[in-house]
Amino acid sequence: MSLSASSRVAKTEEGREEAPSLSALLFSPEKSPAEPFQILRPDGSLDPDTEDFVDLGPEQLLELHRLMVVARILDEESMNLQRQGELGVYTPVRGQEAAQVGSAYALEDGDWVFPYGREHAVALTRGIDMADVLHLFRGTWHGGLWDFRAFGMAPYCIPVATQVPHAVGFALGAKLDGASLAVVAYFGDGAVSKGDFHEAANMAGVWSVPVVLFCQNNQYAISLPLAKQTAAASLAGKATGYGFPGVRVDGNDVLAVHAATREALARAREGKGPTLIEAVTYRLGPHSTADDPSRYRSSSETDRWERLDPIPRFTTFLEGRALLTKDLRESHVADGKQKAVRLREAIVGAPAGPDVRIFDDVYGRRTPTLEAQRASFLSFPPEA
Amino acid sequence: MPNITMVDALNEALRQSLREDDRVMIMGEDIGQLGGSFRVTEGLVAEFGDSRVIDTPLAESGIVGTAIGLALYGFRPVVEIQFDGFVYSALDQIISHCAKYRFRTRGALCLPLVVRIPFGGGIGAVEHHSESPEAYFAHTAGLKVVAPATPLDAFGLLRAAIRDPDPVIFLEPKSCYWGRQKADLEAAPTELGKARVAVEGTDVTIVAYGPTVKVALEAATLAADEGVSCEVIDLRALSPLDGVTLCESAARTGRTVVVHEASVTGGMGAEIASRIMESSFFSLRAPVVRVGGYDVPYPPARNEEAFLPSATRVLNAVHQVWEA
Repeated sequence: MSLSASSRVAKTEEGREEAPSLSALLFSPEKSPAEPFQILRPDGSLDPDTEDFVDLGPEQLLELHRLMVVARILDEESMNLQRQGELGVYTPVRGQEAAQVGSAYALEDGDWVFPYGREHAVALTRGIDMADVLHLFRGTWHGGLWDFRAFGMAPYCIPVATQVPHAVGFALGAKLDGASLAVVAYFGDGAVSKGDFHEAANMAGVWSVPVVLFCQNNQYAISLPLAKQTAAASLAGKATGYGFPGVRVDGNDVLAVHAATREALARAREGKGPTLIEAVTYRLGPHSTADDPSRYRSSSETDRWERLDPIPRFTTFLEGRALLTKDLRESHVADGKQKAVRLREAIVGAPAGPDVRIFDDVYGRRTPTLEAQRASFLSFPPEA
Repeated sequence: MPNITMVDALNEALRQSLREDDRVMIMGEDIGQLGGSFRVTEGLVAEFGDSRVIDTPLAESGIVGTAIGLALYGFRPVVEIQFDGFVYSALDQIISHCAKYRFRTRGALCLPLVVRIPFGGGIGAVEHHSESPEAYFAHTAGLKVVAPATPLDAFGLLRAAIRDPDPVIFLEPKSCYWGRQKADLEAAPTELGKARVAVEGTDVTIVAYGPTVKVALEAATLAADEGVSCEVIDLRALSPLDGVTLCESAARTGRTVVVHEASVTGGMGAEIASRIMESSFFSLRAPVVRVGGYDVPYPPARNEEAFLPSATRVLNAVHQVWEA
C-alpha cells in the first residue's frame, strides 16, 4: 500500500431529513469543539438525541459496569498497598474509569495500546493481572510483568508523550503490512504540550495511519490546571492542525466514550486515518502518592467533580433499566474485593532485593564487560 | 575489484539489505526523491518504492519515535539523521527508549533498528554540521555505537548493524564519504565490536576511529621516517569496545596515543585510556596521551584546520610518549 495515496474524511452527506449518523455527528467539521459528546447524563438518564448510538447489549453493559467497579476497588487497594510501604509510588486512576474502560472495551484482540502511566483500568479491560502492573511501582521490574505481545499493550511510558510516536509508527507498520489492526495511544492533557505529541500527530495525519490518539483530559498535569497548559479552546480542536478530526467526549460517560472510540477505531480500520479523542474527565485523586493536591486545588472543585463520578451515574442508569439487580451489583463488588485480596497476596512478600537479571537484557547477548560486571555484582552478597 | 567511495559502499549495503529482507526499510529527511543530502540513498526509492524508502516530515524525535513503533511492529527500520547536530532533538527517544526497551521488557520487545548519522567535521560546514556526539551514545547502556573509517568497513559494518537485534548508532565520517578504496566486498567485516589493526607496529600504538584513522595513518608514516614504528588501531566500534585488541597492543608497545575529533574532556579517549590503564598499567612506559578537539564548541570553519587533530599534532604526541 503506497503512502502517496492519502485519505481524507468523507464530507457530511446531503439530505439532512435523516438523523445524522454518529460518524457525521462526531466528525463534522462544523461541530463546535466546546460541547463534549454525551449519551449518559450525570443523573443516570440518557440524552434522547444520542441514546440510539449505544450499540451494546445487556451483558456488555453489565461487563462495563463490572470492569469500572473492579477498577475502582483495585485502585483503592493499590493506594493502601503504597501507604503500607509495599509500593514505592502509585498513580491512582480514580475518576477516570469510564474514559479507560469505555475506550478499551471497544478494542479488538489484535489491536495495540500504547499507554502513559495511569492506564490501570485499560490494562484490566484487556485482561492484564493488576499485580503485573503494580510490580513496576514496587520496583520489581521497570516495564511491569505482563506479556506485552499477548495483551497488545506496550509497557508504561514515563517520559511524557514519547509513546505517541511509538503508537504512530506501530500503526504505520500495520498499514504498510495491510493488517486490519488499529492502535490507541493514551496520554493526558499535559502531554499535548509536548513536541513529541505534535510530531507524532502530524506524522499520523500525513501518513494517514490507523491510530486513535486518546487524550484523557483530567484537568491537571500534576499541579498545572488546563488553563495554564494551553490557550486552546479545546484539546480536540488541535486536531485541525494535523488534518484529521478531533472529538470532544464526556470522559465520565462510559457509553459516549465507548461509542466515540468504536467509531474512531472503525475509521482507522477503514483506512480513513487518525482521530484525536479528548475525553473530558477529572483526576479525583492525586497525580501520584507523592503529590498533595490540596496545595493547588480546592475541595469545592473536587466535590463538584465527585458529583460527576462515572460509576454512580452508570449504576443509576442500569438499575433504572432493571439490568443491574441487587445481586449483580453485589457480585461486581465481590469480584473486585476478591481480586483485591489476590492482588495483595501477589504483592506483599513478593521477592525484593537485587536481581542479577539486570545484566541479561541490556543487549541480545551479554558483552565481555557486562560479564565481568555481573561477576562483580554477584560477589557482593546483599546486606542481611 | 571496484574502486568505491564510502557513499557507494553505504548505498550498496542498504540496497543489498533491502533486497534480502523485506522487513528492512529506510526513513529520514530527503532520503527518497533527493537520494539523501549526501546521496547515500540514491536510487533506492526507485528500486524499492516509497513504502520502504520513506521521506519523512521534518522532526527528528518523531522520526526516531515512529521508527521505534515500526520496529515494535516487526520492521527493521534504518533511520537517517541528516546531520550530527540534529540528532540532539532525538536524544530522548534514543536514550530513554531505543536503549532501554529490551531491558524494560526483559527481552520481550526488542528494537532491531539503526540510526545512521553523518558525523564529524572537516568539510567547511556551518554550525551544528560537524559534531562528534559518539560519547553520549557510547555512555548509554543498551546502544551499540559503530564508526567505520573505510568504504569496505562501511559496507560490512552497516550490513552487520542492520542484521543486529540491538539498536545501533551508525556514525559515518562525512569527511571520508568521497575517498576511494579498492574494495572486495566479499572481504568486508561481518561482526560488530571487533577493531581492525590498520597498520602493525612495535613502538607506539595510535588508536583512532572514523575520521581520525586517516590522520593516524599519516602520522604513522611521518613517524616511520623518524624510525618510530607505530601500530594504528581502527576501533570501528565504541560500544562494545574491543578491549582485547586495544589492550593487547597497548601492553605490547607500552606507549599509546588516542585521536578523536570530539572534545578531549569526557570524550572516548578518556574511556580508552582508562581501559588501558586498568589492564596494562605495569606494561606502560608512558602515560596515554589524548589528541582531540579542544574543549570549545565546534568552531567556525575558518578555525577548522587548527581545531581538528592533524598528523602534526598526532606526531607530536607520538614524540611525547616515545621520549617519556
